[in-house]
Amino acid sequence: MDKVKTRKRASRSAMFDPSIVLPAAGQAFVKLDPRLMIKNPVMFVVEVVAALTTVIFAKNVVQGGADLGFTFQIILWLWFTVLFANFAEAVAEGRGKAQADTLRQTRSNTKAKRLLIEDNFELYEGVAADQLEQGDLVLVEAGDIIPGDGEVIRGVASVNEAAITGESAPVIRESGGDRSAVTGGTLVISDRIVVRLTASKGTSFLDRMISLIEGAARQKTPNEIALNILLIGLTIIFIFATVTIPSYAAYAGGSISVVVLVALFVTLIPTTIGALLSAIGIAGMDRLVRFNVLAMSGRAVEAAGDVDTLLLDKTGTITLGNREATEFRPVRGVSELELADAAQLASLADETPEGRSIVVLAKEKHGLRSRDMAELNASFIPFTAQTRMSGVDAGASWVRKGAVDAILNHVDGGGRPRQLASGNAARAVAAMSEPAREIFAIADEVAKAGGTPLAVAKDGRLLGVVHLKDIVKGGIRERFAELRRMGIRTVMITGDNPMTAAAIAAEAGVDDFLAQATPEDKLKLIRDEQAKGKLVAMCGDGTNDAPALAQADVGVAMNTGTQAAREAGNMVDLDSNPTKLIEVVEIGKQLLMTRGALTTFSIANDVAKYFAIIPAIFLAFYPQLQALNVMQLASPQSAILSAIIFNALIIIALIPLALKGVAYRAIGAGALLRRNLLVYGLGGLIIPFIGIKAIDLAVTALHLV
Amino acid sequence: MTIIGWIQIALYCVIVVALVKPLGWYMTRVFTGEWTPLSPVLRPVEAGLYWLGGVDPKREQHWLTYTVAMLLFHVGGFLILYGVLRLQAMLPFNPQEQSAVAPDLSFNTAISFLTNTNWQNYGGESTLSYLSQMLGLTHQNFLSAATGIALAVALIRGFARSSMRTIGNFWVDVTRCTLYVLLPICIVYALFLVSQGMPQTLSAYVDATTLEGAKQSIAVGPVASQVAIKMLGTNGGGFFNANASHPFENPTALSNFVQMLSIFALGAGLTNVFGRMVGNQRQGWAILGVMGVLFIAGVAITYWAEANGTTGLNALGLAGGNMEGKEVRFGIVASSLFAVITTAASCGAVNAMHDSFTALGGMIPLINMQLGEIIVGGVGAGLYGMLLFVVLAIFVAGLMVGRTPEYVGKKIEAREVKMAMLAILVLPLMYLGWTAVAVVLPQAVASIANPGPHGFSEVLYAFTSATGNNGSAFGGLTGNTLFYNLTLATSMFVGRFFMIVPAMALAGSLAAKKSIPASAGTLPTTGGLFIGLVVGVILIIGGLTFFPALALGPIVEHLAMTANTLF
Repeated sequence: MDKVKTRKRASRSAMFDPSIVLPAAGQAFVKLDPRLMIKNPVMFVVEVVAALTTVIFAKNVVQGGADLGFTFQIILWLWFTVLFANFAEAVAEGRGKAQADTLRQTRSNTKAKRLLIEDNFELYEGVAADQLEQGDLVLVEAGDIIPGDGEVIRGVASVNEAAITGESAPVIRESGGDRSAVTGGTLVISDRIVVRLTASKGTSFLDRMISLIEGAARQKTPNEIALNILLIGLTIIFIFATVTIPSYAAYAGGSISVVVLVALFVTLIPTTIGALLSAIGIAGMDRLVRFNVLAMSGRAVEAAGDVDTLLLDKTGTITLGNREATEFRPVRGVSELELADAAQLASLADETPEGRSIVVLAKEKHGLRSRDMAELNASFIPFTAQTRMSGVDAGASWVRKGAVDAILNHVDGGGRPRQLASGNAARAVAAMSEPAREIFAIADEVAKAGGTPLAVAKDGRLLGVVHLKDIVKGGIRERFAELRRMGIRTVMITGDNPMTAAAIAAEAGVDDFLAQATPEDKLKLIRDEQAKGKLVAMCGDGTNDAPALAQADVGVAMNTGTQAAREAGNMVDLDSNPTKLIEVVEIGKQLLMTRGALTTFSIANDVAKYFAIIPAIFLAFYPQLQALNVMQLASPQSAILSAIIFNALIIIALIPLALKGVAYRAIGAGALLRRNLLVYGLGGLIIPFIGIKAIDLAVTALHLV
Repeated sequence: MTIIGWIQIALYCVIVVALVKPLGWYMTRVFTGEWTPLSPVLRPVEAGLYWLGGVDPKREQHWLTYTVAMLLFHVGGFLILYGVLRLQAMLPFNPQEQSAVAPDLSFNTAISFLTNTNWQNYGGESTLSYLSQMLGLTHQNFLSAATGIALAVALIRGFARSSMRTIGNFWVDVTRCTLYVLLPICIVYALFLVSQGMPQTLSAYVDATTLEGAKQSIAVGPVASQVAIKMLGTNGGGFFNANASHPFENPTALSNFVQMLSIFALGAGLTNVFGRMVGNQRQGWAILGVMGVLFIAGVAITYWAEANGTTGLNALGLAGGNMEGKEVRFGIVASSLFAVITTAASCGAVNAMHDSFTALGGMIPLINMQLGEIIVGGVGAGLYGMLLFVVLAIFVAGLMVGRTPEYVGKKIEAREVKMAMLAILVLPLMYLGWTAVAVVLPQAVASIANPGPHGFSEVLYAFTSATGNNGSAFGGLTGNTLFYNLTLATSMFVGRFFMIVPAMALAGSLAAKKSIPASAGTLPTTGGLFIGLVVGVILIIGGLTFFPALALGPIVEHLAMTANTLF
């Protein structure tokens, strides 16, 4: 299901889908507005010099000047450079918009039923969804769309959340408890509920997400700000490097035209990364959405890449939710077959996953076939919180399975259920019969191995213990090993006792565990880690998780969770799959890596551009400098033109990489750096030499200069 | 190039590396206030000085207070030096009865010594009295060196500390540096120099009658005491106009070798202080590795260029390399090595005329300075300059491992990048900017002795040297004019203080941050990969800016030389 859906979403906005590219091309021109351009200082500078040279060119056309054709081409490519940058951003936004539109579709035209009096379901007024305020009570009945984020305060209903999760199976939403949160845009398919809206219009997390992926409300993230400072600094350095050149040339008895200087300047400043920076940021958010995770800010995505410690709940994340029987351990004098037979009998009518697993095990290990309860004339005694055991009565004969102390009690007390206070356990053991002591010893061993012991008794006789095991999810151990290579420490959170927790932790391969954890313990663990300078990520769904979710640097709330949890976290996982935290971290890392890789590439490009342009502009008065023309470019004019064309085209060429992101591999920071330096650093040095030479050959062949 | 030459270079490198650990150990103890072998003698003196100055040595300063203290200290230093130079005719210890130094030259010289540049627009023996040399120049030599080291230590503390508001106490750092590090070494060093034949006297110049019967006045004075700190503190301002090529300022081959060692000793040792204070000496060795790669590349090119000489002379059968402007006593190796060392560090002492080097041989000193003198560098200044580049390198490449970049446990974020960038920006502004003015302004062009690209190199070198606080000169250029005295002084001032203030802001911001423990996801900053990365960033970000200027100066000159055109 998951895979199918992801593929469907991805195909809706393929890399260069015409429905995205065409409007983006138009947007590229709209974005030329200097008020918008100023947000991207590097490209703003390019726009300014392009405008400046255009004015000079216009003057030259009127007054008549030399090299008009060459100047015109340079100016054309300067404008292309700016347009390509705008286009890159527009494509990223367009892809985000396509996502947002599907999210939004259901929201328009929604009519809401606002209650006039809280208790009266019949008295409501019809209001457009976008007129609702925070705190309003609305009635949502079968077939209605929930008009906004809120909390169910009355009733229970099944809700189809496919609009946001893509999951068509309905979920139950009811007042009170951990399943009270509903999301705007989802459809109630049965019953009716009263919802108190918790977000005013335009501020629901869907609204926030839409504006984030559309790029409208995108704030620069801390890392992006730092990178921008670096790029501005480099731009200023290259201003110094170029504006001083005319004076140097004058000393040498030559002169250099403004348009050539501008060409040199624009090729030197980091236009490649400047052009793609915001596209990378938008694409990062977009990737998360494709993974069905909504982030509340770009900052959260970035923080995900920096995470040092991952807190994971045991149940559902590390282990499957259900335990499985794996072993029958009889006491002395009882055969394994006898124990299996009794256990199977006790579980025949038990529909819990544990009960079914006992039946399966008995069949697999001892070939015991299922028997018909009616034929045996047996009646099923279900599990209750009081008895803490279940079983079968058939005439005078009975079988019970359950918690060790409950079974011992049952046997000891002749069938009368009685609570054994845990404090008395030790004393009780001493006074026990031989089989009872043995049962305790086996139970202890099972617990030490991370399992849950289930004692079995028949007709007053203790038979043995069934080993119920927590099943660690397949492949999770490898994921943790991968995380370790990424430098991330995993901590398992569980309510189990330390002994059981340690065994499961060892099996799953987590680095550490927090046993018998209370919400306060969780919060304290997060604070301790943060005090050591570490960034912590966790996921949670209950209201009691909210403080920890808010404290964590990356808090992923499950969509099935409470409204409190969803408000406290800075991401919401629509699929409610806690394992996804790992992917979220990878997406964060990918975002940072893509920025670094393109910055390195952009800066390394400068070497080749110097070798193209410097000999070209000084050749007129120092013919010796031809020796620096290592690319053997045809003429000074074609060299300059080729460099500026390369500089513009590389932006277009790198858009797919910016949108897709540089692949992350968990191979350790050193190896990763070596690899990326080789590809983007060394590649950035070499590729422009080849590219500029190729363009020069084309320019010469086409007689463009 | 000869085997003996390479052995000499290798020997030099080995001894410098051998000095790193002991000096690093000693200086770390000095700046953390721990016991040193000299403590029994010096501790009471130190305490007395604090008492006199009203300084509480336990009270640490915020980066801003630290910087303001440093600036105030320099205002005082400037006034004393300027006053001594202007009033030297009236002051004692003036056996040659030197007259007062001109206002613009006094200004230039005062700024020059204050900033650890020691640009020699003055001619030592012909302009300055002994008092000016001792109270003015030697005194500032000590203090500007101590300041540089103190600032570097403050920045190191920024990296080493966690969640703290303070970065040390400027007065304590300067006092300890002078008292425990500079003075003891200089006393021994000066005595060694005297043993090599260097004068140390307060008596007047000696008159001699030459064989031809002409009268000659031989300049002497308190030379050894000044030369010791001039080298150790990477100041470089000579007692004599001819600097370290003068026989009294550099009497023997041994004194030449030891002088070269003393230029790098403290700067190299500070990388170890860095490693020790951040808790991993390998971090220090990695920094020294970056410096080492750039240094050896520079030495190789200069030595090769000088040993090969010029195409024209070689064609005439005059092999043996380029000896123009070199002391025969030192020859090609010792002169090439000295030139690279003095410009890699911000020393600026010279034992040969860089102006007479071949085009490429002279380009390396130029590049060394243009990179910001971070190859070992000036005492202290080299390390903090290098750390600024490391911050940038880590920021650019560190993102490629998918984390917010970190260096020795500190996250590199917007503020750090801003400060590093600000500090690095001022360098090209000064030397590219002033060169652009000087090569077109008629009264400035008049100072150029050689036309064409070589003249261009002379001007570029002058402003580069001043901005980088180096102080060596490319000769040829008549620098003692109003234009050059003022513009060079501006370059020296901006090059020093506009770099220091952002560097200290960086120290403050780093000290306030938490230290993050390293993990498998942390970029390793101790191996060859890191060294290669930083070298690459230094060459591309620091070096490419100067490519147009270098192309019009040394590069075109070299290309012309191979075609037998000389300038």
